[in-house]
Amino acid sequence: MFVAPFGIFYLVFLIWPVVYMFITSLFDTSLVKHGFGPFAGFANYREMLTKPEFWSAMWHTIQFTLYTVPPLVVLAFVFAVLANRIGGRSEWLFRLAFFVPFILPSATIALIWSFIYTPSTGLWNSFQKLLGAADPAPVLGTPDLAMVGIAVTTVWWTIGFNFILYLAGLQDIPRELYEAAAVDGASQWQQIRSITIPLLSRTTTLVLLLQIIASLKIFDQVYLMTAGGPGISTQVVLGLVTTTAFTDYRVGAAAAASVLLFIVILAITVVRPLIERIQQRREA
Amino acid sequence: MASDRSKMSAGLSRRSFLGGLGVAALGATTGCSVLGAGVAGTEVAPGTVTYWNLFGGGDGARMLVMEDAYRAGPGSPKLQAATFTWGNPYYTKLSLATIGQVPPDVAISHLTRSANLARAGLISEITEETLGMVGLSPGDFSEKAWKAQQLDGKNYAIPLDTHPFVLYYNAEVCEKAGLLDSAGNLKPINGTKGWEAALSAAKQVTGAYGASVATIGDQATSWRWFQTLYQQHEGATPWLADTGRTLSYNREITLDTLAYIQSLTKKGLMPADTDYAGSQTLMFTGKSGFYLQGEWEITTAQSIKGLKFGMVPVPTLFDRPAAQGDSHTFVLPARSRTDEQLRRAMGFVKSMLDQSLTWAKGGHIPAYLPTLHSQAYKELSPQSNYASAADTVVYDAPAWYSGSGSTFENIVGAQIGLVQQGLASPQAALARARSQLLTYANTPSPL
Repeated sequence: MFVAPFGIFYLVFLIWPVVYMFITSLFDTSLVKHGFGPFAGFANYREMLTKPEFWSAMWHTIQFTLYTVPPLVVLAFVFAVLANRIGGRSEWLFRLAFFVPFILPSATIALIWSFIYTPSTGLWNSFQKLLGAADPAPVLGTPDLAMVGIAVTTVWWTIGFNFILYLAGLQDIPRELYEAAAVDGASQWQQIRSITIPLLSRTTTLVLLLQIIASLKIFDQVYLMTAGGPGISTQVVLGLVTTTAFTDYRVGAAAAASVLLFIVILAITVVRPLIERIQQRREA
Repeated sequence: MASDRSKMSAGLSRRSFLGGLGVAALGATTGCSVLGAGVAGTEVAPGTVTYWNLFGGGDGARMLVMEDAYRAGPGSPKLQAATFTWGNPYYTKLSLATIGQVPPDVAISHLTRSANLARAGLISEITEETLGMVGLSPGDFSEKAWKAQQLDGKNYAIPLDTHPFVLYYNAEVCEKAGLLDSAGNLKPINGTKGWEAALSAAKQVTGAYGASVATIGDQATSWRWFQTLYQQHEGATPWLADTGRTLSYNREITLDTLAYIQSLTKKGLMPADTDYAGSQTLMFTGKSGFYLQGEWEITTAQSIKGLKFGMVPVPTLFDRPAAQGDSHTFVLPARSRTDEQLRRAMGFVKSMLDQSLTWAKGGHIPAYLPTLHSQAYKELSPQSNYASAADTVVYDAPAWYSGSGSTFENIVGAQIGLVQQGLASPQAALARARSQLLTYANTPSPL
């Protein structure tokens, strides 16, 4: 009874769209025509799987994930350890400093970093000129650099969240453990390696999984900062889906691309309990 | 959003979040008449003209003035105007609103996009009878634009203007470079030699560049610049044929044009790395003698204190005059209308056309002949100096993925941008553009 309102919402806005997506992906559905349109079988999947633009978008999505996950996990950990060390009264300042970018909307972030990356006159190019670079490449205008630029933006923006998770994890570790280790003569580094990292392994699994999924769903920053450009060198799967569905009106083909991304994310999510089980076995 | 959505589940479960949203939505429906009208499918504000457009910058400011003038008119119905980001996002919104049966009464569309809207059944035909309701007839519009908007002999769009790609010049720089005549106007520039000589002379004065055009992050501008020069070649064919099913560009001329564009940036006559705003700033601040863009940037240029500038059609560098361009048009999104609603919508269109001179001050060449032929427009300077460019405007070739701000422009423009930047050879750029375009050419139209 009490779950009914949630249940209905869940059904209407989550389960049904997913089912609808699967059905649509089998039809040549057009946004501007009523109904599903002619049955297409697996033609939409065939189109996506054979089209270079799809694979390039899939690669860019993975590329972005590779660029952002390691720094977002490692740096968040490092900063959390450092902030935890400070302890006392000034800790709130560091917590705030790392977390504030995270509460800004993506449009604001995109605007700030587009300013920084402005060709010739932007902060980053001016800085490079100051260091003696004669003609620094425009970050968002150079195919090889654009994704790096977006990744840096994202790290700055979202590191605060992982940072907070780690900080919470750190504060759950009993102080006595460190004291005991110090008494036994363990160095700071040994303490981190033998106490902090093992005790945070659960947090790390969680952070890693959330981060990989979040990175695979990259859309906003790309859409706002480069629109997939230059050319299609930063186009990601969700960008491709949006363009196909809402610009090209080809809902069926877009649904097929969504399903393919869905499968990738699902596969990664399934890996999580597996890893957890392995961890538990090791602990046992 | 990419990251925060999944993270939300950590602090606040998705279910409770959605549940909360549901309660909020229910509360809003009962409390707010707009949402109530949305749910019941009734008119939000009966008797109001709703109008959607895509005008930003100077155009947006100009349009507000015209809307206010309409509102101030005796007996004008209420007006509710909304402005959206131009390009694909705008057309997506317009399409979805029309499919959702809540379109505006009147909307702006680029001429090159109106045929697709018509094919998709998203806009209504405008018969001569409809035009006659407010005393208009096809003869009131410049022939080129009027013919270009027709699809299968039917009219779907009422042209407001023609907006070609033009050449701006910094009068002070050009004066020092000896490029102005005694009356202070730009001396005619002809052929690639004349163009490069002028650019070199200007570069001597500015110490930076001769002319500037955006190369980064603005595919439309790169396409406009390319298409202008490409179409100036004798034998240049449209890029697409057979409503987009075949790529029909002339390979040789395309490669030549791309190579020429690249040579200008390689020689340092034009900047290789500059974006839309940067390319303007170069000319405004005297670091470049010339600036290439659509004529709508006139308002921005006028707002720069102490800047003396002029505007002319893009010089003929090759065989014939030509400039990429488009027209803004009024369209009537498809919906059932009473005669009264239609009259109201057309009344608004007529009022906008009557204010074509205000619009023309923003740079656009009026498509409404009574204004175009008026003395007041002829005396408008520098606007009337490039009015002839409307006659040689080249509209983008029709295809379901083509038109201003479209996928076609994005694909080709992005590659041209890389050529300008010196990051791609003409051959490589064309090959990449071709392969991406073929995907679209081989896909049956969803319209």
